[in-house]
Amino acid sequence: MKPFAALLERLAFTQARGAKLALLQRYFAATPDPDRGFGLAALTGGLRLATARPAQIRALIATRTDPELFALAYDYVGDLAETVALMWPDGDPGAGPPGLAEVIGALERASRPEVPARLAAWLDCCDASERLALLKLITGGLRVGVSARLAKVALAGLGAGRVSVEEIEEVWHALAPPYGALFAWLEGRGERPDPAGAPSFRPPMLAHPLEAEDLARLDVAAYRAEWKWDGVRVQLAAGPGGRALFSRGAEDMSAAFPDIVAAMGFAAVLDGELLVVREGMVAPFADLQQRLNRKAPSARLLASHPAGVHLYDMLFEGEEDLRALPFAARRARLETWFARVRPARMTLSPLLTAADRATLTALRDGAREAGIEGLMLKRADSPYLAGRPRGLWWKWKRAPLSIDAVLLYAQHGHGKRGGLYSDYTFGLWREDGVLVPVGKAYSGFTDAELLILDRWIRAHTIARFGPVREVEKALVLEVAFDAAQRSARHKSGVALRFPRISRIRADKPAAEADRLATLLGLIGHADD
Amino acid sequence: MTAPAAETWLKVRPEGLYCVPGDFFIDPLRAVPRAVITHAHADHARPGHGAVLATAETLALMRARLGAAAAGASQQAAALGEPLTLGGVRVWLAPAGHVLGSAQVAMEYRGRRVAVSGDYKRAADPTCAGFEPVRCDVFVTEATFALPVFRHPRAGGEIARLLASLALFPGRSHLIGCYALGKCQRVIALLRQAGWQRPIYLHGALMALCRLYEAFGVPLGDLRPLAGAAKADLAGAIVLAPPSAQADRWSGRLADPVTALASGWMQVRARARARGVELPLVISDHADWDALNATIDETGAEEVWVTHGAEEALVHAASRRGLRARALRLIGYGEEGGEADGAADGEAP
Ligand SMILES: [Zn+2]
Ligand SMILES: [Zn+2]
Repeated sequence: MKPFAALLERLAFTQARGAKLALLQRYFAATPDPDRGFGLAALTGGLRLATARPAQIRALIATRTDPELFALAYDYVGDLAETVALMWPDGDPGAGPPGLAEVIGALERASRPEVPARLAAWLDCCDASERLALLKLITGGLRVGVSARLAKVALAGLGAGRVSVEEIEEVWHALAPPYGALFAWLEGRGERPDPAGAPSFRPPMLAHPLEAEDLARLDVAAYRAEWKWDGVRVQLAAGPGGRALFSRGAEDMSAAFPDIVAAMGFAAVLDGELLVVREGMVAPFADLQQRLNRKAPSARLLASHPAGVHLYDMLFEGEEDLRALPFAARRARLETWFARVRPARMTLSPLLTAADRATLTALRDGAREAGIEGLMLKRADSPYLAGRPRGLWWKWKRAPLSIDAVLLYAQHGHGKRGGLYSDYTFGLWREDGVLVPVGKAYSGFTDAELLILDRWIRAHTIARFGPVREVEKALVLEVAFDAAQRSARHKSGVALRFPRISRIRADKPAAEADRLATLLGLIGHADD
Repeated sequence: MTAPAAETWLKVRPEGLYCVPGDFFIDPLRAVPRAVITHAHADHARPGHGAVLATAETLALMRARLGAAAAGASQQAAALGEPLTLGGVRVWLAPAGHVLGSAQVAMEYRGRRVAVSGDYKRAADPTCAGFEPVRCDVFVTEATFALPVFRHPRAGGEIARLLASLALFPGRSHLIGCYALGKCQRVIALLRQAGWQRPIYLHGALMALCRLYEAFGVPLGDLRPLAGAAKADLAGAIVLAPPSAQADRWSGRLADPVTALASGWMQVRARARARGVELPLVISDHADWDALNATIDETGAEEVWVTHGAEEALVHAASRRGLRARALRLIGYGEEGGEADGAADGEAP
C-alpha cells in the first residue's frame, strides 16, 4: 500500500506529462509483482471491486469521531475520503499497512455489506496517506489524471525500447490484472502475450485544431470535409473472437453500451462517433452523458436514450488491414461495406461538399445544431496513422458563444477542488426581472481566480442549503459555452453545452448582465 | 480570599490582550505604550511601541525586521524563566518552540495564574528552544490548526519525501516556498540533519535572518544567494524563497523547477492545489490538533481561551472534556501581508 499511496500523492499534484511518466515508471520498476499489476489496474480502471457508498464511510467515521468535529472538518476539507483519512485515529504503528494485492483480493471476494468492517481494520494499520489511497480505491474515485494511454507509455518505457506502446495496446485487452505476463514480456523474461482473436484496440488517428494561419494555407481541394459530431469518439472492433466498443483512450465501454454491441454482428474495425440518436436525430450531449454515467444501463434508460454510431472510417475489413490506404479509398470501402451489411444503430457520417475556403467557413459557422461541434477536414490521401500526425487531419470547432451571467449559488467542488467553492450556478434576467438559473460551471477559471471566487462567496453568502450557498446577486461572470440547446428538463428552457467561466466581470453591475431572451436567441435551429 | 477571576484583570481591548494591573498589552495589533511580545512574526511584533519586553532573540529579530527605530522606543530583554514584577503582576517568559526566541507569557496576579501561549508547537525543532508547558489556571492558546484534520506528520518524513523527489528528478531545481522567519531556518536545519550537505540557495529576502540565527548559535551550513548562482549550479539544487516570491520572474532562471511549499496548510489537498504546488510539504511551526489538546491538558488549566484560528472546534473539544472554554475573537493575527500566505489561506506566522 505504501508505494501506491506515495505514487497517488505525487500524481495528485503533478501536471506535466513528463513528470507523471517518471513517477509511473519508477513505481512500475520499483514495486514487486503482483502489487504493481494491481496498481496498474487501479489506475487504468481495470478493477471490479466491491465498493463502499459514501453513507457507509460516514457511518464508519461516526464510530470513531465526535460528530460535531467531523462536521466542522468535513466542511473545511470538502472531500469525504480525505476528511476521513485525516481524522481517522492512528492505530497500531507496528502493524504496517496491508499490501495492495491483499486489499484488492479481499475486495474482489467481499460483498458490499462486508466492506466497512474490512476497511476499518485496514485503516487502523495505515498512516494518513495510505488511508486516503485506500479510501479512494474503495469509493472508486482515484482521479489522479492518469489515462490508460499514459500508463501504457510508462510501461513501454519499462520495456526500454523492446516493446512499443502500440504493441502493448494490441495485446492489452487479452490481459487481466495483475498483468504478470505483461510485465514478464516487458522485462524480457517472457513471451509476448497472445491476444488470440480477442478484439483488440488500434491506436486511433487524431486531428489538430485548425488555427487561422492553417486555414490560410489550406489546400481545400486536397481535403474531404465532414461534421465533427458532438459525442464520444469510439472504435468498434468485432470478429469471430468477440466484440468490443472502445473509447479513443482504449477503455472498453462494451458493458455500458449493450445496444451498440448487439448491433456489431460483423467482422471489422470501425472508427465513429457514439451519440444518442432518436428517430434519426442526434440528441444533445447531455443525453449521452446520462448513458456514459451508467456502467450497466437499465432497460428503461436503454429505451429512453438509445445509442447510435455515426461512422467515419474503416481500419480493418475482416482480417484485412486497410490503414495504409488513402482516406478516400478507405471511405469507398466503408461505403460499399455499409451498403452490404447495413448494421443497425449505425449510419455513415456524410461527406460534405465544399469547393473553397468561403464555403467551408460558411458550413462551419452555420453548424449550430445540437450534435455538431464543427468540421473535420481530412486529407483525401491520408493513411490511417496512430497519434496526431501534423497536416493530415484538422478539427475546426465553431467559435464559442458567451454570456454575462450572475452568480446565484455555489457549492464545494469534489475531489481535487474539495473545500473550495468551485461549482457555480449562474443565471440570466427574465423579462419580469427575475434571475433564472441557466447552467452550472466548474472550470475555465485559473487557480488564482478560484481563490478570489471562494473568498467572495464566503463573504457574500445570504443562505445555506446543506452544501449549497446562495450568494448576493452581485457578481457577474462571463460564461463561454459551445452551444445552447432547447431543453424541457431545465427551468429556463435551455441547456448549455460545456459552459465554463471565462472571466470574472467584477467591473460589471449585476443589472447589466444578459437577458434570458438573448440566450434563447442563440439556440441552434436544427430542432425547430 | 478568593482570587479575582482572570477576566477581571486580563481583557480584550481593540489594541489586543491587555493586562490591567500590569498596564501592558501582549502582542498588540497597533502601537501601544507598553508591550510584551511573544515572538517576532509580523502579526505579533508590530512596529512603533513604546517599551517592549521580549527575549533577546525576539528583540534582535524585531530590530532586523522593523529597523531599530520601530522596534520599540525602549527594549528590555527577559531571559526565559526569569520573573519580574509589573504593577503587582509577576510576569515571566517560557519557551514556546515556535521560532527562535519565541516565548509564552506567564502572569500571576493575586494567586491566579494565566499563560498566554503565543504561537507554539510541540514537535522537535533544532532551531529553537522546545515548548515547556506552564501549569496555570487559565491557558490562552493559539488555534491556527485547530481542526482534527490537522495532524502533522513527522517533519523528518516530509524532508525524506523532498530528498526522494530530488533523487527522482536530479536535473530539476527544487524551489521551496517558506516563511523568512522560522520555517526557512527549520527546513535548512532539517535538511542538514538528513545529511544534505550541498549548498542551499536563498532568495535575497531570506539571507539576513539566516545569518542572525547563526549569530545566535544555530548552524545552517553552506548558504548561497540565488542572485549570483549560475544556472548550471541550480540544476538539482534546493532553493528557498518566500511563498510570495514563487512566481517571481527570477524563478524562470531555475531548471524546470519542482515547486514545493512547506506549510501546515499543505495537509489539505484543495489548499495545496490552489497554490499550484507540485510537492506540498506538511511542515508546520504550529501545534497540530492532537498537540493543542494535549497541551491544554498538560497545563492543568480549568479554563481555556482560544485565539486566532479555528476557535469553534477547539472550544467544543475542550468543553467536552469538562473545561471552561471560550473564543477570544482577537482579529488581526495571521492576516497581514508580508509573510502571510494569502489572506484566506496563510499559515499565521
Ligand atoms: Zn501567529
Ligand atoms: Zn508566529
